[in-house]
Amino acid sequence: MKFGIMVNEGPYTHQATDTAFLFAKAAIEKGHEVARIFFYHDGVNNSSSLTEPPQDDRHIVNRWTKLAEEHNVDLVVCVAAAMRRGITEGNLAKGFRISGLGQLVEMGIQSDRLVVFGD
Amino acid sequence: MLHIVNKSPFESNSLESCVRLASGVEGSALILIEDGVYAATKGSAAEELIKKAAATLKIYALWPDVEARGMQDGCIEGIKLVDYSGFVELVAEHNAAQSWL
Amino acid sequence: MSETTGGVEFDEESGGAIKKFMFVNRKAPYGTIYALEGLEVVLISAAFDQDVSMAFLDDGVYEIVKGQHTKAIGMKNFSPTYRALEGYDIEKLYVEKESLERRGLTVDNLIVPVEVLTSAEMGELMSQQEVLISF
Repeated sequence: MKFGIMVNEGPYTHQATDTAFLFAKAAIEKGHEVARIFFYHDGVNNSSSLTEPPQDDRHIVNRWTKLAEEHNVDLVVCVAAAMRRGITEGNLAKGFRISGLGQLVEMGIQSDRLVVFGD
Repeated sequence: MLHIVNKSPFESNSLESCVRLASGVEGSALILIEDGVYAATKGSAAEELIKKAAATLKIYALWPDVEARGMQDGCIEGIKLVDYSGFVELVAEHNAAQSWL
Repeated sequence: MSETTGGVEFDEESGGAIKKFMFVNRKAPYGTIYALEGLEVVLISAAFDQDVSMAFLDDGVYEIVKGQHTKAIGMKNFSPTYRALEGYDIEKLYVEKESLERRGLTVDNLIVPVEVLTSAEMGELMSQQEVLISF
């Protein structure tokens, strides 16, 4: 099955990003396809290359990058939401791309299931 | 369809609204995740709402969230505990998922 | 699969993949950005020719109350945009009766024509959707 995932909150403050990541990983392990993950609202902060969590904490941004590399997941950050919050091509983490909201609607059309994680 | 509730019933009306709409809709299920799992605890003020919901909905709770919060010994009987893999299956089994953010 | 459709498999019978999208609004405007950015998604969705509806539940009903004046809080009043939805062919606006009543509101307080549904009707309608995007 093809899954689309929407992430509406940033890293660390809300558990939404962790749940979304663990859900995506479990879906892939079960043989499903996670075609795209769309980051909206404060969720765009998941794509900042500037985050530096303490050594003993999980690195949420790097974890997304690795997921994209290993499983060919399309990580899309909404351009308008990103611009509002200071995310640009200049500080975009590897594996992410900035694009329009149309990508979210398209994800809904093309996925068998769409799941939203937020607050 | 699958309803996903991630808020504590003591902080938000998400669970209450979900149950109000979903009760009686054929083939519906509810999964409690994140802070939503606090609703799954025996003897809490949310138990009545959960029992009411259980009359028409299948109810699940995400085990890693239950355990993380130290709620593993007080789960209301009849609530099925699932891991992330089980959560994925639930989403796959139902026609659509609604997150009560 | 074709590049023009972005990989959407067209069903020759129906002439295209039309899905039932419901945008579920449960948050009040201004206090958080969800209502505003949620509305932006709805406007974009109009370009995709899907079966789009909006549901207003709980504090989401406050998004469409009349008389919003935001000048003094220094934010843009985006409530008139709901009136523009019709021009985008987004005409399926549903409000849950109970959410209105609990807040002491009636349809007379709303800036757009809506269909008022009971909790059971709204639940039933929700269960018929294929894509639910909530904010």
